[in-house]
Amino acid sequence: MKITVCSTENSLYQDSFDIEGGNFNKAGIVSTRIKSILKQMGLPADVVRKCAIVSYESEINVVSYAKKGVINLTVNPETVLIEVVDEGPGIPNIDLAMQQGYSTADQKIREMGFGAGMGLCNIKNYSDIFHISSEVGKGAHLLMTINIKQ
Amino acid sequence: MNLETIVKEFGLEVRCAPENLKNNVTGGYTGDLLSDVIANSREGYIWITRQVHQNIVAVASLKEHAGIILINSCEPSRETLEKASQEKIPIMVSSLSAFELTGKIYNLLGKKD
Amino acid sequence: MKLSEVKKILNADVIVGEEHLDLEVKTAFGADLMSDVLAFAKAGSLLLTGLTNSQVIRTANILDIAAIILVRGKKPSTETINLAKEFKIPLLTTKYILFETAGRLYAKGIVGCLEKVENNSVLD
Ligand SMILES: Nc1ncnc2c1ncn2[C@@H]1O[C@H](COP(=O)(O)OP(=O)(O)O)[C@@H](O)[C@H]1O
Ligand SMILES: [Mg+2]
Repeated sequence: MKITVCSTENSLYQDSFDIEGGNFNKAGIVSTRIKSILKQMGLPADVVRKCAIVSYESEINVVSYAKKGVINLTVNPETVLIEVVDEGPGIPNIDLAMQQGYSTADQKIREMGFGAGMGLCNIKNYSDIFHISSEVGKGAHLLMTINIKQ
Repeated sequence: MNLETIVKEFGLEVRCAPENLKNNVTGGYTGDLLSDVIANSREGYIWITRQVHQNIVAVASLKEHAGIILINSCEPSRETLEKASQEKIPIMVSSLSAFELTGKIYNLLGKKD
Repeated sequence: MKLSEVKKILNADVIVGEEHLDLEVKTAFGADLMSDVLAFAKAGSLLLTGLTNSQVIRTANILDIAAIILVRGKKPSTETINLAKEFKIPLLTTKYILFETAGRLYAKGIVGCLEKVENNSVLD
């Protein structure tokens, strides 16, 4: 499941953040951290915004559907890479999961304002490159690239 | 005011039940939480939402809404369309956001009453 | 318009941010789905919503939303209030439903934070 996404040599920043599955009180904390790190690094506002949205929807999905997960953040001179790896049921049908409106969310998730089947679409739309894979019974893997310069 | 006036005024695209555009609109409700809409909307209201799931038809039918307007160019799912046609609930689509469309409809309803 | 005027138009109570009422706002976004907010809302806008949980504050913080208006007289939890304080996001509550809230603000010149969504059909 683990994929090496980049060479570490010329990356400007790299860190990993753990996410606890099922803990809605903490959902969003990691994305808020990521946002403030990128802002402090002086990245353009629209890049920070895209990264924050992508991280947040991913974090919500890990909390909603997986046992636990990790977000690996890498800032390179020209791109930000956000990799999300979780341990959980995985996604049996990725094409279906990517469809806007498709959701298996329960009542609790919907009360939070998620679970309308828009999360993965948001992630894809705000990424310059989006990659998703999954192994059923093991977990899901997302890799998003956001360009710093257009 | 009937639905047809609102459809014409804001260029809404009618997706089903055009035979019921004569429905009278007594007010509006904007929201995406079905339980809230069930609890607080009234008969004859036009419901503005971005939910596209077939459950919206059951809610609109239960509450006897004049019709449903989907915002942000959201399209109803196939099941939603089938159900709405059966139940004769007009579903319309607007490219405006919920805020814009609500503002415009609120003003229009206020003028004519 | 200033946030203090928004408060007046909506007969709203200020829960957090009494000291930020001279903040200028021009645009708004109304939704009960945070994914919808994340998809379309713009920085500096008002967020009008019927949800009161802490994810509303987190979403607003992610997007640099100017202020949050809770509709239908919703009272947020202590956790939500504390988070709004932590992020310094003004939090107001009005008795009006979202339809009335949006209608009143629109009538006074607040506009939607996006013009149109041309194509929002199911992605590939
Ligand atoms: N990390 C994950 N692990 C397992 N299933 C997932 C994961 N992420 C998404 N899914 C599945 O894909 C569906 C669509 O996800 P998404 O687009 O984020 O919408 P939502 O979370 O609102 O349902 C989810 O309802 C769930 O069934
Ligand atoms: Mg999701």
